Amino acid sequence: MIEHALTFGYVAVSIAVLLNLWRLLRGPSLMDRVLAVDTMVINVIALIILFGIQQRTTVFFEAALLFAMFGFISTVAYCRFILRGDVIE
Amino acid sequence: MSLALIVILPFLGAMLPALMIRAGRNACALATGTATLLAFALLLVHAPAVVLRGEVVQAGWQWLPGLGLNVNFFLDGLGFLFATLILGIGLLIIIYARFYLAKEDPMGSFYSYLLLFQGAMVGIVLSDNILLLLVFWELTSLSSFLLIGYWKHLPEGRQGARMALTVTGAGGLAMIAGMLLLGHIAGSYDLSVILQHGEAIRESELYLPALVLILAGCFTKSAQFPFHFWLPHAMAAPTPVSAYLHSATMVKAGLFLMARMWPVLAGTEAWFYLVATAGLLTMVIGAFIALFKDDLKGLLAYSTVSHLGLVTMLFGFGTPMAAVAGVFHIINHATFKAALFMNAGIVDHEAGTRDIRRLGGLVFLMPISATLATLAAASMAGLPLLNGFLSKEMMLHEAAHTAWAGQGWLVPLLATVGALFSVAYSFRYILHVYFGRRRDDYPHPPHDPPAGMWLPPALLVVLVVLIGLFPETMAGTLVRATAAAVIGGPVPDFHLSIWHGFTPALGMSAVAVAVGLLLILSYPRVRALWQAGPHPEAKAMFDATLGGALALAQRFTHGLHNGSLQRYLAFAVAAMVLAGFVAFSGAPHEAGTRALLPMQPVAVVAWVLLLGGCMLTVVFFRKRLLSVLVVGTVGLIVCVAFIYLSAPDLALTQISVEVTTVILILLALYFLPKESPVSSTVRAQPLRHLRDALLALAAGGGMAAVSWAMMTRDGVSLSDYYLENSVSGGGGTNVVNVILVDFRGFDTFGEIIVLGIAALAIFALLDGALHGRVGRRLSAWTPDLPVSVDRHPIIMVVATRVMLPLALLVGAYIFLRGHNQPGGGFIAALVVSIALIMQYMASGFAWAAQRVRVKYHAMIGGGVLVAVATGVGAMVLDRPFLTSAFTHVHLPVVGEFELASAMAFDAGVFLTVVGAVMLALANLSRMGRWTAHRPVNKMAMDVDPSAAPYREHH
Repeated sequence: MIEHALTFGYVAVSIAVLLNLWRLLRGPSLMDRVLAVDTMVINVIALIILFGIQQRTTVFFEAALLFAMFGFISTVAYCRFILRGDVIE
Repeated sequence: MSLALIVILPFLGAMLPALMIRAGRNACALATGTATLLAFALLLVHAPAVVLRGEVVQAGWQWLPGLGLNVNFFLDGLGFLFATLILGIGLLIIIYARFYLAKEDPMGSFYSYLLLFQGAMVGIVLSDNILLLLVFWELTSLSSFLLIGYWKHLPEGRQGARMALTVTGAGGLAMIAGMLLLGHIAGSYDLSVILQHGEAIRESELYLPALVLILAGCFTKSAQFPFHFWLPHAMAAPTPVSAYLHSATMVKAGLFLMARMWPVLAGTEAWFYLVATAGLLTMVIGAFIALFKDDLKGLLAYSTVSHLGLVTMLFGFGTPMAAVAGVFHIINHATFKAALFMNAGIVDHEAGTRDIRRLGGLVFLMPISATLATLAAASMAGLPLLNGFLSKEMMLHEAAHTAWAGQGWLVPLLATVGALFSVAYSFRYILHVYFGRRRDDYPHPPHDPPAGMWLPPALLVVLVVLIGLFPETMAGTLVRATAAAVIGGPVPDFHLSIWHGFTPALGMSAVAVAVGLLLILSYPRVRALWQAGPHPEAKAMFDATLGGALALAQRFTHGLHNGSLQRYLAFAVAAMVLAGFVAFSGAPHEAGTRALLPMQPVAVVAWVLLLGGCMLTVVFFRKRLLSVLVVGTVGLIVCVAFIYLSAPDLALTQISVEVTTVILILLALYFLPKESPVSSTVRAQPLRHLRDALLALAAGGGMAAVSWAMMTRDGVSLSDYYLENSVSGGGGTNVVNVILVDFRGFDTFGEIIVLGIAALAIFALLDGALHGRVGRRLSAWTPDLPVSVDRHPIIMVVATRVMLPLALLVGAYIFLRGHNQPGGGFIAALVVSIALIMQYMASGFAWAAQRVRVKYHAMIGGGVLVAVATGVGAMVLDRPFLTSAFTHVHLPVVGEFELASAMAFDAGVFLTVVGAVMLALANLSRMGRWTAHRPVNKMAMDVDPSAAPYREHH
């Protein structure tokens, strides 16, 4: 059963990242593109977790954890840049 | 061991004067003198064995045996003579300098430089390894540079120092090559071995290049024509330096090396024509120029050039008796010339000028100095009963028997000409300075100096007279011992004495004195004749040559490095493609044997994403912010690839580095144009884009091919060794971390030091730049982006505050488990740094900086120290540096856990990395404050929720 769930998960997340790539290409606004990358990071977290389940290991969990924490920081930095120009005032 | 101590003592002593100057000038000079005196005493302990019994004392140990570089010292007659000159005259110079230097001259650094130089010189003459000798040789060039340029405020001093360093440094470079050739021929770099292979070396086909290169080093150091021009310019140095370096020691280093290599290199035709000719020309030209120098030190400098030429010529003759004469003249010249230099310093000091045209008639005003100068200069002229006479007679005797290219008259004639000029300038020194009409327009009222200044030269003049009167008693044994070392075989039977009967040499001497006196008596007419002739200016030629070389180098450098990053990359990538292609064309081309793995659909998706990211970067390259964003997706996929290929440590590192890089680039991008210029588009530069595209395709295709070739083959790698020894040797199951902190701990140690230095450099550069031109430009600059009014949004502040403890916890967790599972000090440091940067971003630099009590500089230093302490801890327990130890500890509640010394080392890494990242980022962000023109925020966010208007709503 878990095999099927994993396959479904992979397919869904794969389609999602490809759509993110499309959004990154199309935009149209800069904010759309920042959000596209942000969403891509979230989808990659999903990929890593799925991969960990498939391999039956917890070794990749920290990578997902760091992505979850710091993908956010990059996005915040981009937003600050767009809003204020200076990332650290 | 005591031999090595003789060399080491001056180096150790070099630290003393810099410290002792706080206790006063006398204490400073005393400390310096003590170091030299100790070394001198140690040297004299060996005198009976070396000089009387002719033994060779050896000491040493291995340093880098793989390179043939050993710290071997040996002391024979030649080394003893030179070490005596260096330390003995050094001692006199130290006393003299105490009284010579003015109150405002920094005496501590002077004596420190002097002792450094002294140690390097002693090192040269006692080295038993030519590589070690080269090290000391370069050290003398460097320390003499410091000494010549000691009066930093004088442009002549700085220029003279630069010229001396350029010329002697260039010669030193040539000599390195020559010595390597010599060692290659002999099969060893140890001098005592090389000295036994004279025959084989002279017959080798590499003999001539080795000889020319080594002589280039000797000639530049000893100021032989045509490299003589630097020595007069080095006279801008304080007089003690001139007396020490430029009469007694450094300029004799070249002579020393020629003497040292004499048994190996001399005796061939090439040696004779190169060395004897250079020496003869130098002797005549130097003496000629000296006659017309008005500066006392300039006169002495050219006279030194001439006398060095004399000794060089004698060594060049290649006969044992000529070598004996050369050795004897080295002793004599050192005594009278050092005395004369000190005398010139006294005149300068007391009369206020060194210009001979402004002097004269000093004999009644400075009777002591006049007597000393007259005796020393008469010895320099080669008058009987003084030591200069003896060795000059021996030189003329040798010259009389030497034919140059079959011409028997040439060498004796030129030698006599050199001698007569020598007589003339010596008398000029005596007559035009001390005798003649007494004047009343001296810059200072002249009088004899304090005893501390005239006693050292007086001691030397006593030697001049004593050796002149009783040569065999005073110097015979030393000359014999030294000559034995130079010749490396039986010493010819000779007896040093004043009277040899009516020989051709005596006749030549008489002619020289007579014509020399005639020249000086009709000096105005001679001078007018000289004035009419051409005067090539060596400094102008040197400057022109140097300027030409600089211009050439600049054109070449600017051609390669014109500031265009594309060009740098193009060169670098093209070089890599070329190297790869060369390797590829010389290797077998079969396909690999490994079976291919099935294609995973997820991997294909990642691959598509990677390709998409790269292509989008190309598409968006003019919009810089967008480029950064798109490159970020590439980084994302790289992280995923690390995970997919089972490298979680790399993935963790990559993720953290990506975030830090984004922040760093955005900080910089704020001040940069947000779009690339139009001139960078394809339409503007189609050819460059075509070149770049081709290069990119070639390099990318090449990398793909290499990866393919590597992965389809079975190869031997180091991995197995690390996997096997990780737990037993390093006590950790995470091999990556054990490699970092244990197997390659020394590399990591070096890397954190480099990282710390880089961060401090960023700090220093930015700090300096912001207070200068850059700062003014920044404050005149207005941001080119529309700015939102929300400075520190409340939602961001709250979110980052909540995340801080969480992120710190993750950092601690990753650090603690690092030794056995993915993680470690480096990754933990990046995590903690990012957690801290979040606060800077949310509430601004000023607010955050106020709350961070730790100094990041101190953190970097502390980290390095912790790492050092870990490494030294192993040494204390008698294990090699950074050997790790681990044990298992059982604690109640916590349970059993491992305690490894690597953990402490990792803590050092952690501290350094946090300090470095924070110092760099925080300082870059400071730049923004120069443009803001607004007060810094005291509050955490734009609004204060606790303020009254907000409370009223409740």
